[in-house]
Amino acid sequence: MTDTAPPVPSLWSGFIGIVRRDILLAWKRPGDVLNPLFFFAMVSTLFPLALGPSSEQLGSIGPGVIWVAALLAALLSLNSLFVSDFEDGSLDQLLLSPQPLTVLALGKAIGHWIVSGLPLVVISPLIAISFHMPDQSIKVMAVTLFFGTLSLSLFGSIGAALTVGLHRGTALLSLLILPLAMPVLIFGARTVSLSTSDDAVSAGIYFLAAYCMLALTLAPFATAAALRISNE
Amino acid sequence: MNALISGHDLCLFRGDKCLFDSLEFALNPGQLLIVEGSNGSGKTSLLRGIAGLLEFEQGEIHWEGNPLRGHYQAFRADLTWFAHKVGFKDDLNLLENLRFEQSLHSFDEGSVTAVLARLGLDLLTELPLRSLSAGQQRRVALARMLLSKGRVWMMDEPFTNLDSAGRSLVDAVLSEHLANGGSAIVATHQPLEIVGDVKRVSLS
Amino acid sequence: MWKFFHKLASPPHFYQFAGKVVPWFAFTAIACIGYGGYAGLFVAPADYQQGDAFRIIYVHVPAAYLSMMGYSIMAISAGIGLIWRIKLSHAVTAAAAPLGAWFTFLALATGSIWGKPMWGTWWEWGDPRLTSELLLLFLYIGYMALRASIDDIAKADKASAVLALVGAVNVPIIHYSVEWWSSLHQGPTLVREGGPGMVSDMLYPLLAMILGFTFLFGALLLGRVRTEVLFRERRAKWVREMLLDDGGTT
Repeated sequence: MTDTAPPVPSLWSGFIGIVRRDILLAWKRPGDVLNPLFFFAMVSTLFPLALGPSSEQLGSIGPGVIWVAALLAALLSLNSLFVSDFEDGSLDQLLLSPQPLTVLALGKAIGHWIVSGLPLVVISPLIAISFHMPDQSIKVMAVTLFFGTLSLSLFGSIGAALTVGLHRGTALLSLLILPLAMPVLIFGARTVSLSTSDDAVSAGIYFLAAYCMLALTLAPFATAAALRISNE
Repeated sequence: MNALISGHDLCLFRGDKCLFDSLEFALNPGQLLIVEGSNGSGKTSLLRGIAGLLEFEQGEIHWEGNPLRGHYQAFRADLTWFAHKVGFKDDLNLLENLRFEQSLHSFDEGSVTAVLARLGLDLLTELPLRSLSAGQQRRVALARMLLSKGRVWMMDEPFTNLDSAGRSLVDAVLSEHLANGGSAIVATHQPLEIVGDVKRVSLS
Repeated sequence: MWKFFHKLASPPHFYQFAGKVVPWFAFTAIACIGYGGYAGLFVAPADYQQGDAFRIIYVHVPAAYLSMMGYSIMAISAGIGLIWRIKLSHAVTAAAAPLGAWFTFLALATGSIWGKPMWGTWWEWGDPRLTSELLLLFLYIGYMALRASIDDIAKADKASAVLALVGAVNVPIIHYSVEWWSSLHQGPTLVREGGPGMVSDMLYPLLAMILGFTFLFGALLLGRVRTEVLFRERRAKWVREMLLDDGGTT
């Protein structure tokens, strides 16, 4: 055996490794992906049933309803982000690996977004159509949800890391994440609303994109710090 | 000469209870440190503290003569961790799990087949880990140890769930690692049959 | 100067020092609030638009300012605690949270009471300041809920400090997004509180109240930190010695 430290795989291989592993896990347990998706669709269906089928009213509440439903669906899936890693000891292995934890935390958040955020973006046009939203709004809806769900996965991973291993995790996670999610909700829903009346939407989209960049830069560090603390 | 890894004046509390105080150890290449003690004496906490998963109340770990705080990355490249929880994914099969391992750690790709054959796992590579027995899962964790190139092995109760063949396998694998110039820290309350330079720390 | 701070960070010194400072803070607070309360209620003239209803700003404005101040104190001490591992600053963060939450609640309650005669409704979603104050209260609640669910003090300190910092990054963003959101509403025209046109009879009591509330906050915070320090250091020698010296009477 040599006297020097063995070589460490590149950052990229660590990042891709964890994203690939989480996608593979989701593939083997499709329920984890499909449940939040069905939840999203069902919550959106509740409103037309409760409020009546008037297409004018549906068009005006549609953006808000779809955004709230997406937020709740993201929250639902965030809850389990680190739980299985914590329970089967993988989290110890991640914390003890020579890869920087920040990169792995980013990988976990991106993996979460690919298996639970991206599907929401993909099916959102179907729901938007059922709410009689105009064509241009459907595009805006998908774009805002794209940035919004990505920010939620990133900021949500901080909350998931802070509550991993705690018994009252689910309700607590909502308490921690929802106030942080307000800017995303406000800008997302308002921008789509504006688009239904043909108003300018670029400001809202730029804001969401900027917020998403902020989340990409800061959230992995906070998540990494939170994971080390929670796993003590 | 500096020890490879050493602990100075270590002290750890769990709640209000002091687990150990002013504990010292030093370990050179080729040496094995056995941490002994009854259940609840803090063996696991000591191991987790040395690895950096826990913070000691007081004291420092030195790696190659330098304080570890702030330099964990280099130490972790050399660390291989083996604990109660295997740290593999139940839903993935052996090869998929090892492939993920390979993206994090240094990894001896060429000897995968040989190692799996030695551990009696070569016919189980396509099964999801959840369908393996507890003892077989421990052997999978042993495969991680053998395939990593880390110089320091840390093992928490390595004999749990293993039959006598499995136990002698652990003894043999550890002895080889020491003979190759590697070091190991093992927490156990069972006797080890190791050929090599053994040190002990007893926690009461 | 640095030496002073360094010494202050040690729990026994802080405990002694804060014990001496608290009565002075409390005395200043009582004096300022006494003057401000009297002058605000009886001396200041009624507002020509709002009548006597405007007088609630003497509680509302200081409370709202301290709700923000409380979160800033939390974020700064959380950062110091995480980076330099100073246990005292974690005690400050823990002690500041419920106080900040109370002042936030006070600001919300007084804002809502003020809104009833002004807007004819107890709650107006169109007002960005009230809405962001409400979200600030949620941030405080989240912080306290996280603390409450972790048993180990050291772990609770560090985990909640991360949350406080993440929250602090978000506070301005939340504030501006709420402002942007309500600017699109055709809400009621807001009456600016404490605008530049305020006469001195109105302004001086307000300044006195702000000063008084600040000292009140300081006194309450230091008092809470003292208890927090005493509890955390209950195993330490200095606590036992101090209690023995006093014959256990205090």
